[in-house]
Amino acid sequence: MDLFVLLAIQVLYAVASLALISVGLAIIFGMMRVINLAHGEFLMLGGYAAIVATSHGISIWISMLIVAPIVVGVIGIVVERTIIRFLYGRMIDTMLATWGLSLFLVGLTTAIFGNTTVGISAPLGSIEIGAYRTSAYTLFVIGISVVVLGTIFAGLRWTRLGLIARGTMQNANMAAALGVNPPRVYAITFGIGAALSGLAGAVLAPVSGVFPTIGVAYIAKAFITVIGGGAAILSGTVSAAVLFGTINQIATFVTTPVFGEVALLGAAVILIRVLPQGITGRFFRRSL
Amino acid sequence: MSGRNLNLLGLVLVGVVGLIFMFFTPHFADLDTVLELTVYMIMAILALSLALVWGYGGILCFGQSAFFGLGAYTYAIAMFNMGESTLPVVLAVILPAAFAALLGYFMFYGRISDVYLGVITLTVTLILFNSVNSTAGPEFHIGAARLGGFNGIPGIPPLNWPFNKGAAVDLEGMFYLSTGSLLLTYFGLRLLLASQFGRIIVGIRENERRAELLGYDPRAYKLATFTIGGALAGFAGCLFANWGAFVSPTIFGLAQSAQIIIWVIVGGRGTLIGPVIGCIGIQWLSAALGANQPSGGSDLWSKIFANAPLILGVILIAFVLLVPRGLVPTAADVAAFVLRGRRRREQRGLEPQQAE
Amino acid sequence: MASPLLETRSLSMHFGGVRAVSDVNFTLAEGELRCLIGPNGAGKSTFFKMLTGQLEPSHGQVLFRGQDISRAHAHEVARLGIGIKTQVPSVFDGLSVRENIHLAASRLHSGARTRRLVDEMLERIGLAHAADRVVGQLAHGQRQWVELGLVLSTDPQLILLDEPAAGMTHEEVQKTADLVREINRTKALIVVEHDMQFIRMIAKRVTVFNRGSILVEDTIENIMRNPLVRDIYLGKQAAA
Repeated sequence: MDLFVLLAIQVLYAVASLALISVGLAIIFGMMRVINLAHGEFLMLGGYAAIVATSHGISIWISMLIVAPIVVGVIGIVVERTIIRFLYGRMIDTMLATWGLSLFLVGLTTAIFGNTTVGISAPLGSIEIGAYRTSAYTLFVIGISVVVLGTIFAGLRWTRLGLIARGTMQNANMAAALGVNPPRVYAITFGIGAALSGLAGAVLAPVSGVFPTIGVAYIAKAFITVIGGGAAILSGTVSAAVLFGTINQIATFVTTPVFGEVALLGAAVILIRVLPQGITGRFFRRSL
Repeated sequence: MSGRNLNLLGLVLVGVVGLIFMFFTPHFADLDTVLELTVYMIMAILALSLALVWGYGGILCFGQSAFFGLGAYTYAIAMFNMGESTLPVVLAVILPAAFAALLGYFMFYGRISDVYLGVITLTVTLILFNSVNSTAGPEFHIGAARLGGFNGIPGIPPLNWPFNKGAAVDLEGMFYLSTGSLLLTYFGLRLLLASQFGRIIVGIRENERRAELLGYDPRAYKLATFTIGGALAGFAGCLFANWGAFVSPTIFGLAQSAQIIIWVIVGGRGTLIGPVIGCIGIQWLSAALGANQPSGGSDLWSKIFANAPLILGVILIAFVLLVPRGLVPTAADVAAFVLRGRRRREQRGLEPQQAE
Repeated sequence: MASPLLETRSLSMHFGGVRAVSDVNFTLAEGELRCLIGPNGAGKSTFFKMLTGQLEPSHGQVLFRGQDISRAHAHEVARLGIGIKTQVPSVFDGLSVRENIHLAASRLHSGARTRRLVDEMLERIGLAHAADRVVGQLAHGQRQWVELGLVLSTDPQLILLDEPAAGMTHEEVQKTADLVREINRTKALIVVEHDMQFIRMIAKRVTVFNRGSILVEDTIENIMRNPLVRDIYLGKQAAA
């Protein structure tokens, strides 16, 4: 029984962290049809932002939850203004340019921080489940994911920006006719997506540590979660995260973490083949 | 001069320059340079594989390094088990080609769109990287070959003349072999592209639906193109494993895949010579940047300029934004523009009344 | 009566809840020239896509010389002998006119014979002078001709033309009508067109589509007099 609870928490954690690292990418892809290959590096920058802020005496919670999203969000807006906006409608070119950005950011952080892993110790202690122990931080990550997803849902559903975003998503010209400025919406959307990535990277930094090439570990997982989920930002991300997170964790439990990841990637390839439009292309069509 | 003559002139030029380079370099350059040039030639074959698949076939493969790595690993593993290189070389071509065929069948017959194709090839590359990376333990071996995980496989035995185990190919021989292979690959692909097959794959790239409505099955043609690309990349991998006598999982990595894409985009899609030039140029640049490192001190600027990923990233962004067609097609456009301008001026000089 | 060249049996296509084409029974005899008319959204283009294997019908069958082709791939249908000129010219924009035609002709022939056929086709579509120009740089009307040349070069038994006269000058329309009549001497055609003048130049029998079904099928004279047709379609033009 205890083992089962532990396993359930592990699966929940796998799903939550997958959703967390993917949702920024999902927003950018879902609303702008931009595939951001530098997404992993946005997560990495979030991690560094949190670590640098903490080392300057700022509380770890403020560093993770406020400093990191703001820093990466601003970087995102700069990237949108200087690179992405010239490439709208050219999906392949956007992928290539953001891949270039990814290499650039890896190179830059290597030059600044060196090619070593920096860590911050996870706050919160551990909790006991019968004979087993697990980190309380695990539960915090699950909680943060729920809060983030809930906030995005509320934002899309009830705010003016959410309404505009949904309008722009449907038809850029219509939004313009309503007196909205699509370039500004795109810049803000990209900024929000980047900020969420920064938040995710910071929240996961105590778990995995941070190093310049950590983005590679994130990018494929985030990608296939978004692509596997399909066009609907929230239901897509959540359903794909549930599917892949569960597969990953169970395969990890049965074999090793590495083959857990291989199982996840393999499952994703098959899913894309079976449902090229993603899960929400077939199911939950009219969801957010 | 007509387009056809210009084309022929280009071919002859490439052949002559290539042969001169091949036969004279070892006589004038020191061994280190020859060794360095050899790897450029090998990588240029890899660049040509993507030039075919992406530049002509229109298939954006983010994982060309998967076939390259597979070729290298196949050669290494087969060599440790067989000791004689004839069959390992054949396997190092066939296995990646078969893998490409399998993956291609899965993707093209599943009608997966361009963008998703990129994602799948990228994911498959990462699967290979992750899997091979985790095989460090002694329990992971194929026959006599230990896979070595992230440590890679060192001490791979060198190539020998076909069916003659005693006659190993030396470093100079590797240079001749690599350069010769590159030239053969280049001219082979030119022939292929001038054939009916070549015209059809370009037609499919231009307008897949139209090609289909004329009675060509795009899936079959794309699959064939992708498989040929896989075979070429595998062959390059085989040469590469030979060159350094070492393979490690980084050759499956994203950085390697990114490099191949950068070579092609810098040189120009839809040409063969472009990606070769792009490949050699970028590698030379990377080597030059890397060479700065020991003397570069520790201040930030020297770190930045000795940093290949950073510079490559900037190059990729700059080309996508500013020179999206690549160097060779852009240069051809400029040349054509200048020529046409001159011809127009001449005509105007001859017939001033007709100027409009 | 001889067996028909093309026959559809209760052919239907539904997109979600929308019935783009429903229950169409259509027959075309060998060597016939048929015009399809109908307002926008009547299902003509969807119908064409099902005939050429670009869309798999929700229900029903397409028979070409008795063979069921409703589940065949587009390239298989093309090889059986159905060619289509689409509404928006679908050509190889990056290639020259000659390369375009060559690509089509070389599916059936090779070597010198192909080159001769390509030259003939370039003459026939009146683009011999522009043979080496890149198709993407040609005017809309000329690209239509290139596409027609592509289709004819594959030597199909049945040719579908989706709005061949759209965007053409009066003179070009005349030329296209002549060409259609010439093609019809040896091949069957189905022509979708809005331009009634063009229809009058070429038509014998006309099928009227409305809301995804066949409204009426008759000779051109009777169609022009039919009040029902006038109401749904011609009325607007007659009033204009």
